[in-house]
Amino acid sequence: MVAQNLLLLLVLAPFVSAALAATLPIGARNGECWLAGLTMVLALVVLGVLYPDVAEGGRVIARVDWIDSVGLELAFRIDGFSWLFMVLVAGIGFLVILYARYYMSPEDSAARLYACLLAFAGAMSGLILSGNIIMLVVFWELTSLVSFLLIGYWYHRQDARDGARMSLIVTASGGLCLLVAMILIGQIAGSYDLETVLISGPQITGHKLYPVALILFVLGAFTKSAQFPFHFWLPNAMAAPTPVSAYLHSATMVKAGVFVLLRFHPALGGTVEWFQIVTGIGLATMLLGAVIALFKHDLKGLLAYSTISHLGLITALAGIGTPLALIAAVFHIVNHAVFKASLFMAAGIIDHETGTRDMRRLSGLARVMPITATLAIIASGAMAGVPLLNGFLSKEMFFEATYVWNNGSPLDNAAPYIAVLAASFSTAYSLRFIVKVFFGPPATDLPRHPHEPPLLMRLPVAVLVAICVSIGLFPQFVLGNLLETAGLALIGPDLPHFSLKIWHGVNAPLIMSLIAMGLGIMIYCLPRRTINSGEDGTRLMRKLDIARIYERAMRVLTQRLPRAALRILSANGLQAQLRAVVLLTLAAGWFALRHLDWNVPLPEMRSRELVFALLWIVGGACAIGAAWQAKYHRFAALILMGGAGLVTCATFVWLSAPDLAVTQLLVEIATTTLLLLGLRWLPKRDEEIAGDRNLPARIRRFRDLLIALTCGAGMTAMALAVLLTTPGASVGDWFLRNAYVEGGGTNVVNVILVDFRAFDTFGEITVLAVVGLTVYALLRRFRAAPESTERPRPQLDAEEQALEAYLFVPAVLMQWMFAPIITLSAYLFFRGHDLPGGGFAAGVTLAVAILLQYVAANVRWVEARLTVLPIRWMATGLTVAAAVGAGSWLFGYPFLTAHAQYLDLPVIGKVPFSTAMLFDFGVFALVLGAIVLMLIAIAHQSLRVAPRPRRPASKEAN
Amino acid sequence: MEIILALAIGVLVGSGVWLMLRPRSYQVIVGLCLLAYGVNLFIFAMGRLYIGAAPIMPKGGFVDPTAYADPLPQSLVLTAIVISFATTALFLVVMIAARGATGTDHVDGKERGRDE
Repeated sequence: MVAQNLLLLLVLAPFVSAALAATLPIGARNGECWLAGLTMVLALVVLGVLYPDVAEGGRVIARVDWIDSVGLELAFRIDGFSWLFMVLVAGIGFLVILYARYYMSPEDSAARLYACLLAFAGAMSGLILSGNIIMLVVFWELTSLVSFLLIGYWYHRQDARDGARMSLIVTASGGLCLLVAMILIGQIAGSYDLETVLISGPQITGHKLYPVALILFVLGAFTKSAQFPFHFWLPNAMAAPTPVSAYLHSATMVKAGVFVLLRFHPALGGTVEWFQIVTGIGLATMLLGAVIALFKHDLKGLLAYSTISHLGLITALAGIGTPLALIAAVFHIVNHAVFKASLFMAAGIIDHETGTRDMRRLSGLARVMPITATLAIIASGAMAGVPLLNGFLSKEMFFEATYVWNNGSPLDNAAPYIAVLAASFSTAYSLRFIVKVFFGPPATDLPRHPHEPPLLMRLPVAVLVAICVSIGLFPQFVLGNLLETAGLALIGPDLPHFSLKIWHGVNAPLIMSLIAMGLGIMIYCLPRRTINSGEDGTRLMRKLDIARIYERAMRVLTQRLPRAALRILSANGLQAQLRAVVLLTLAAGWFALRHLDWNVPLPEMRSRELVFALLWIVGGACAIGAAWQAKYHRFAALILMGGAGLVTCATFVWLSAPDLAVTQLLVEIATTTLLLLGLRWLPKRDEEIAGDRNLPARIRRFRDLLIALTCGAGMTAMALAVLLTTPGASVGDWFLRNAYVEGGGTNVVNVILVDFRAFDTFGEITVLAVVGLTVYALLRRFRAAPESTERPRPQLDAEEQALEAYLFVPAVLMQWMFAPIITLSAYLFFRGHDLPGGGFAAGVTLAVAILLQYVAANVRWVEARLTVLPIRWMATGLTVAAAVGAGSWLFGYPFLTAHAQYLDLPVIGKVPFSTAMLFDFGVFALVLGAIVLMLIAIAHQSLRVAPRPRRPASKEAN
Repeated sequence: MEIILALAIGVLVGSGVWLMLRPRSYQVIVGLCLLAYGVNLFIFAMGRLYIGAAPIMPKGGFVDPTAYADPLPQSLVLTAIVISFATTALFLVVMIAARGATGTDHVDGKERGRDE
C-alpha cells in the first residue's frame, strides 16, 4: 500500500508544486528554484524507494476509484521501463531547474516559468505512469498544452507565438489521432487497462482494424517525436527559453513518442507493417535530420535537427523490434537525453555569454571559456559517437541491430547503409559545432564580451557530461542493471542476455562506426567553406520546407476556407438571416407533417363559444393592428400589443389555467411599462422613410407577407391537428396524482415548478439574473440617440411643480396603493403552494408596486424614502434557492429534494410548510430584484446628465 | 373552441413573423412579443383544452387525472412567460443602445442602400 501511495504522490506532487509556484511572487527566483528543485528531489527519492518493487520485472499498480457507476478509475502503474523514464524526467528536471535559475533574467516571470515546468513534469509523469490508455492520451495532450505555454513563454516575440502555435497544432492533432487509436485498441482488446492491452498483442495485430489503429497510433507518436514529415515543429519550438528546449524538446517530451512506440510494442509491434512504417520513417528522419543539421548556422537549430535525427534512430530501433534493438532504443533514449540536455545547456551558456547563437559569428571560444568548452566538446563527442563516451555504445548497438538479418525486405537490406550515412553526417555536424565555435581565431563582432558563467550554471552541464563519460567507460557498472530492469519490463522474462562492453573485438558494428567517422570528417572538411558561408541549408532543402507547406495549409484552413464559407453561407443583414431561419423552420415543419392525414371532421361551433370567438376577434384585430402600426405609430402598436396580451390572459382564465392568467397579467404590466420607458429613448419617427413606397420595397413586403401568412396558417393547422386528437397518457397525470402526496401542495402547477422540476426553475431564475445584470451593465455606458437627449415635451412644457399638480390625484392614489399591493404580493406568495399564485407572481407584483411609486412621484423623491437594492435581492434569491437545494444533501437526498409537512402554529392553526416554499422565496426575491433592476436602470437614464453632442453623424456613420 | 384557438394562434404567429422580418428594431421587438403569445398558447394547447375544470386538487385521496387540466404545459408556459419577459427586456436595452450608438433604428445598424 505504501508503494501505491508513493506512486500517486509521484504524479500529484508536481501539480501541487505547480499550483504553489504560480502563486509565489513573480520575481521570487530563488524561492521558485527551491520549491521546484525540492519537488524533483522528492520525486527522485520516491523513485529510489520504489526501485526494489520494479526490479526483476515487478510492477506497482495503484487504482483510485473515480466514478464507480461507469467503471471509471484512475489507474497508475510503474515498471522498470517507466521507472527509468521517470528518473530521466525527475533527474534532468532537477538540473534544468537549477540551470534556469541562472539562465533567466530577473525581468522574466520566474513564477510562470517554474509553474509551467512543474506542470510539465506532472503531465509527463502522468503520461509515463498511466495504467489506462485513455488517461495516457489525456496526459499526452496535457504535455502538448504545457509545451505550448513554455514555447510561447516570451509571448511578446512573434517567433515564439508562431512556434508555440505550430507545435500545439501538430502535436495536439497527433494526440487526437492517438486518442482514436487508443479507442480502437481498447475496443479490440476489450479493455482500456494497459495491463490487458499489453498481453492482447496477437488479438490486436490479427484484427481487421489493425492497420487503421496502427496508422493513427504512429501518427500520434511521430508528431510528438518530430518524425518526418512532422519534424518541422521542433526547430520552430526553439524560440522557447533554452532550459525549456533542453528539458522538453530534447530530453523528455519529444521522447514521449518513442516511449509509446516502445511501450506498445508488445501490443502492436512485430508485424511487417510495423517494421516498414516505423523503421522506414525512423531511418528517413535520421538521415534527413542529420543532413539538415550540418547546414544550420543557429546553434539551437543545429541541436534541434540533431535531436530529430537521434529520435529517428530510436524510432528505427523500435521498428526493428528485436529484444536487443529494444534494449538499444532504451539505452539510446538515456544517452541522448544526457548528452543533448548538456549540449543545449552549453548552447544556452554560449548564447547567454556572447549574445548570439549564430555559428558564423562565433569562433575561438575555447580561449575565453575553457571549462564550458571542454564540457561541450565532450558532449559533442558523445553525440558524434566517439569511443569511450556513451553515444558510441548505443550507436554500436544500433549498427548491430540494422546489420543483422531481420526480415530480408529491401528496407532491411538498405538499413545498414542508411545508418552509416546518417551517422557520418552526425559526425560531421558535431565536428563542425566543435571546430567552428570553440577553435579558430577569437571572434571579433560579438554583442557581448564572453567569459565563464557562474559555477552553478555550469554545474548541471558538468554533471551530465560526467554521466556521459562514466557510462562510456563503465557501461555495465553504471547502467547495466537498470537497462536489464527496463528490458524485463518491456520484453518479459525471456530477455536474452546482453552485456554492455566497450570492446567486442573487431566486428561489423565497429567497422561501420569507423567508416561513419571517417566519412563524417571528409563530409565536413570538403565543402566546409560553402557550409560556413552559405545560407541555412541547401537549395533542395529549402524547397522541401515542410514548415512552409504547413503554413500554406494553415492559411487555407484558417483564412481562405472560412472566407469562402462566409461568402457562400452568410446572409446580408439580420432580416435575411431571420428569413432563412423562418424558411428553414417552415421546411422542417412541412417535412415532419407531410404524411399527416388532414381529413378530420371539424367540431361544430356551439353558441357559448361565441363570446370566446368575439374575444379573439378583438385579440386578432389587436395583433394585426400592432403588426401594421409598429413602424410609424409605436405607441399605438404598444397599446394594441397589450390588447392582444390581455386577450391571451383571458384565454388562460377561460381554459382553467388561473396561474398562467395571473402571471401573464402581471408580466403584461411589467412589459408594457418597460417598453414605455424604452420608447422615451427612441426618437419619434415623424416623416416617412425615404423609398418606402418604391417597387423593391413593396416586393420585399409582399414576399414577407406571404411567409408570415404561411407561418400563421401552418401554426393553425398544427394546433388544430393536435387539438382534434384525443390525448394519450401524459406525464402530467403522474404529477396530478402525486402533487399532494409527494409535494404537499394542491396547486399542481406550483408544485411542479418549485418541487418536481425545481432544477429547471433554478436554471430559469439564473437566466433571469443574468439578463438583469446584462441590462444593468449595458446601460452603464449607455449613450442616448442625439435626437432624444432633450427632455420630452410634457416635461418641458410644464415646470416640475406643474407636472406634479397635473398628476396629483393619480399620484396620491398610487402612493396609497403601495401597502395594499405589498399585502397582495405576500398573499399571492403564501397561497402559492395550494392556490394560484406563487413566487413568480408575488415577485412581479411587488416589482409593480415599487414601479408605481416611481411613476407617481419623481425619482429623487422616491429614492430619498425608499431604498431598493435590486442586486442584493437577486443575490439573496439565488443564494436561498441554491442553499435550499443544497440543504437536501445534508439529509442524504439529491440536490433540490423538497420536504413538506403541516406545522401547527399557535393562533393561526395548521399551516402547510415545505422546504419548497423556501425555494419559492428564492424565486420571489430574484424575480423582484431582476425586474426592479431592469426597470430602474432604464428609468434612471433620465436623470443622467445629457452627454456632449456627438460629432457630425457623417463621420461616425458606417 | 379548438378552431378559434387555433386561428388565434395562427394570427398571433403570423403577425409576429411578419414583424420579425421588418427592418426597424421596434417592429422586431413587438413581433417577438406577439410571437411569444402565440407560441405560449400553442404549448398550452398541447395539453388540450379544459373548460371549467378545477385547477386545484383536493387534499389527499384518489385523484382522477382526467378531471383536471394538464398541469405540465401550464408550468412550461409559466416559465416561458417569465423568460420571454427577460428576453424582451434585454432586446429593448440592446435596441436603445444601438439606436444611440448607430444613429439609426435599422436592425443592421445602417440603412439599406437608399431604399426601404
